[in-house]
Parts: sequence; structure tokens; C-alpha cells
Amino acid sequence: MTDPKKDLLYRLADDQLILGHRNSEWNGLGPILEEDIAFSSMAQDKLGHALQLYSLLHELGEAEPDTVAFTRNAAQFHCSQLVELPIGDYAFSLMRHFLFDHAELLRFEALAASSYEPLAQVARKLKGELKYHVLHANTWIRQLGTSTEEALEKLQAALDLTLPYALGLFEKTEAEPAIIAEGLFIGEDVLRAQWLENISRVLNQTQLELPDLSAITPVGGGRHGEHTEFLQPLLDEMAEVFRLDPTADW
Amino acid sequence: MYGSVSTHDIPAQATTGLENEDPQQLAEFEARIARGEKIEPDDYMPALYRKQLIRMIEQHAHSEIIGSLPEGTWITRAPGFRRKMAQMAKVQDEVGHAQLLYSAAETLGKSREDMLTDLINGKSKYSNVFNYPTPTWADSNAISWLIDAGAIVNQMANARGSYGPYCRALERICAEESFHLKYGHDAVVHMATGTPIQRRMMQEALNRWWPPIMTFFGPADKASQHTEILMRWKVKMASNDDCRQQFLDMYVPKILEIGLTIPDPNLRKNEETGKWEYTEPDWEELRRVINGDGPCNQERLAVRRAAEENGAWVRRALQAKRQAPKAVRPLA
Repeated sequence: MTDPKKDLLYRLADDQLILGHRNSEWNGLGPILEEDIAFSSMAQDKLGHALQLYSLLHELGEAEPDTVAFTRNAAQFHCSQLVELPIGDYAFSLMRHFLFDHAELLRFEALAASSYEPLAQVARKLKGELKYHVLHANTWIRQLGTSTEEALEKLQAALDLTLPYALGLFEKTEAEPAIIAEGLFIGEDVLRAQWLENISRVLNQTQLELPDLSAITPVGGGRHGEHTEFLQPLLDEMAEVFRLDPTADW
Repeated sequence: MYGSVSTHDIPAQATTGLENEDPQQLAEFEARIARGEKIEPDDYMPALYRKQLIRMIEQHAHSEIIGSLPEGTWITRAPGFRRKMAQMAKVQDEVGHAQLLYSAAETLGKSREDMLTDLINGKSKYSNVFNYPTPTWADSNAISWLIDAGAIVNQMANARGSYGPYCRALERICAEESFHLKYGHDAVVHMATGTPIQRRMMQEALNRWWPPIMTFFGPADKASQHTEILMRWKVKMASNDDCRQQFLDMYVPKILEIGLTIPDPNLRKNEETGKWEYTEPDWEELRRVINGDGPCNQERLAVRRAAEENGAWVRRALQAKRQAPKAVRPLA
């Protein structure tokens, strides 16, 4: 993919779609009803974000949002591997939500100043919603991250597990120099530095420890179509009904 | 989403509990209800009234969270963005209803934790329809439209009942359910008037769901235990058969209008009596399913139980925070 706009949009949209899908799996399984509801709200937002971003791609000549979302295979997806991992236990999903949405809020705040005006407009709207996602994550990380031994153990394990994948959010593509040069986006390195500052600030208010990032190898590949074994089954499930009758209007 | 199942059957000896009530207070209580006043949490109420309401609201709440499961499993498979987002929002509403209802039941003195424990232990019930499977997307649509339609019939009646917090919760719930009805109808219409594959899927789903829908409102009145006192106290507002008749009046024409066939050769409206006649539902099966022997009882409760167990550490952590002493500033 050479068009820097499309390269950027696919990464943004695929992350939102796949995490939205994963978060929706919490229906009926949350530790308290209020969390079922919160995860569902965030999932709905993320699906909405994905739809808006795929619509921008459609304006750039790509297929309809439903076709793009429901008919590609895993190798054609550009999401990070972080978002495709199964929901695991609540500690894992909460930690992924915390690490992902901090990056996402900063990403869309920066995109609000993009030289690509249609994306800047979408970003200005989305960042308002993402602020609440971050607020939700921070509240729970602070609460549980200063509570029982049991909770600390689970959250620390989740942090250690998710961090290498979270660093994969900032994996660059070949289009990165053009994306920065054209003023589409500030670039992954700048974003990563801001993200680290923000998550560290919250984690410092808890008894959790941020591992030494220099000792961690980021798990990349997702931006280039290399995915975990979990993505294709997710996509198969997502398209199960859609594919029953491709001519149908559901 | 809720039908009246085993909610209203007071054990025969239970009315004897009234002997312990102060006759004057009881008379005033009944007079208030007769005047159409609402009973509020701090007001006097007979123990039997409290017990029946807890049972009824709790079962309704359970029906909402268990009811979110059969449709919830289709969120990840809903075809296209529009359906995926709407299905998610719809199911989320059902969980929100449970939250509202548990809170209404808590005003009567039973905690949410205790209610959920009774649910997973099988001590308290939920609507029997959710013990049937949803093998296809069309089954989920059938629930969204017709079970929600049945629930509205039931809940609109109960919203005119006597207990204030329950009535207010039901008003809010019915407002949301009416959106579900539109959503479900839209989804069913798309299927029933769609491609041959869609039409076949929808008809087969209706065939599967018609018997549970007919039992959704509970046993026939002639088989129900006498509930005169619950009607007088405005705990029970409409009879099972009345609800069933009202549902058939409203929805049979709509189902036929979109080209679906109702799988009951005996279903017809008797013009003389103005009543629907239908094949007698299998009440024995209803009893069996309510008592735990339906196709999905074990699965539904297992999901809920796993959710409770897996989330227990979060609730323990929150509880510990609540009990932790406030930090004390050292004097020196």
C-alpha cells in the first residue's frame, strides 16, 4: 500500500473495529453489571469510529465499509496484534483498554490537526469520546491498582503480558516518512513518547510497576498483515452471517 | 424482557401470613392501593406483599441478564455495521434493565449479591423462553421482535401496579423496549422479505419460537392458582390469558403481513367471542423447562456462574477499598 492516507486510515480503522469486536464479547460476562454496560458502550463507540474511518477510505476509492470490514482475511488487516488477542480475564481486558485508549486519545488529538481535513474533522469528534474511555480506564486502574494483593497480582501479570503488544501499536510502515512529511500525522515515535509519559503518570499512582521498556521487544507485524492465530477465527465469526448470502440486505 | 411464569403463584398456606398483620394498617394499605396511590419503600406493607414483589422483580431482573445471553451471542456475528452496533446497543439495554430492576428490588431489602447468588444456585427463576436455543441470526431477530413485544404487553400492564419503584423502572424499561420492538421488526422484515435463504431462515426461526412465545405469558388462567389478593394489591395487573390474547391481537396480523406462516393450524380468531383459539400449548413442557430441564438451562446458568466466579476478585477488591480506613495524617 503506497497511498499514505490509506495506509494510515486502515491502521486506525482496523484497530477500532477489532477491539470494538473484542470488547463486545464482555456482554454477560463482566465482573459487575456496570462493567458489562461500560464495555458495551466503549465497543459501540469503537465500532462507530471504525465505520467513520472506513467511510473516509470509501471516499478515497476503497470498497463499502461493510465489504471492507466483513470480507477481508487476516493477512489483509492492519490492526496491531494487541487488539486481536482474546478477551482473557477482566484484568487483561482492562489493561489492554488502558494501554490502547491512552495511545488512541493522543493519536486522535494529534490527528485533529492533520493536514488531511476530512480525517481532522473525524478526529475532532472522536477525541471527545475517547476522553471518556481513558477516564474509565484510569478510574479502574487506580482503584484496583491500590487494592488487594490478589488484584495487584492479576493486574501486574496483565501489564507484563500486554506491554510488548502495546508497544506494537507504534510499529511503523513504509509510508511513515510520507505521513509525517505531508503533515497527516505526527508519527509513531512522537506518539509513543507522549503515551509513555501518560501511562507512567497513572501507573505511578498505583502499586503497579511499569517494567523497563528498554528490555522489552515490541510485538509487531500487525501493521504489515502478520497476525496471531486469533485474528482469522475472529474474522470468520464476524462474517459468519454476512457470508451466508452475500447478495442479501440484512 | 419478561413474561409471567411462576411469579404469581402463592403457596396456598402463604395467605395465613396476613394474620400477623395489624388489621388497621392492612386496611389503610389496601385503601391506598384502591385509591391508586403508589406504595413507597419506607411505607408500611404486609410481609406477603414485600415477599411477592421481591420475588417478582428479582425474577424480572434475572430474565433481563439471562435474556441478554441468547441475543448477546449474535453480537459478534451480526451482519454488517448497522446490525452489529444496534444489536450491541439492544443487548446493553437489557443489562441496563437488570441494573434498574435489581435496584428496585433492593429497596425491598434484598441485596443484588443475594439475588445473583439465588439465581446461580437455581433458587430463583427467570423467564422460561431464554432456556431455548438461538441457532441462527433469524432466531435472535425473532426474540428481538416477538419476545420483546410480549414483554411490553406484560410490562405495560405491570407499570400500572402499586409499588412505586417498580412502576417507575418499568416505565423507563418500556420506553426502551419500544425501540427494541422497532429494531426487531426491522430486522425480521429484512429477513422475511429478503432473499430465499433469508426467508427460509426467518420462517424456520418462527417455527422454533412460536411454541415458547405461546407459553411466554404463563399457564392458562384456568390452571393458575387463585390470585385474587395479588390482583387486589395490584401486584398482578393482568391475567396470563388476557396478555396472550392481547399479544395475538397485536402481532398475528403483523406476522402474516410480511409473508410468514404461523405454525399452528388451529390458530384463528373466533368472531363470536372475539377471542383467539389456538392449539393448547404444551404446559407440561413449560413446567419441565421452568424446573430446569430445558434445552439451555444448564448452559445459561453456567455462563452466569462463570461470570460471577471470574469477577469475584474485582468485587472483593472494591469491597476492601470501601472498608479500608481513611489515611490518617501523622501528628508529627
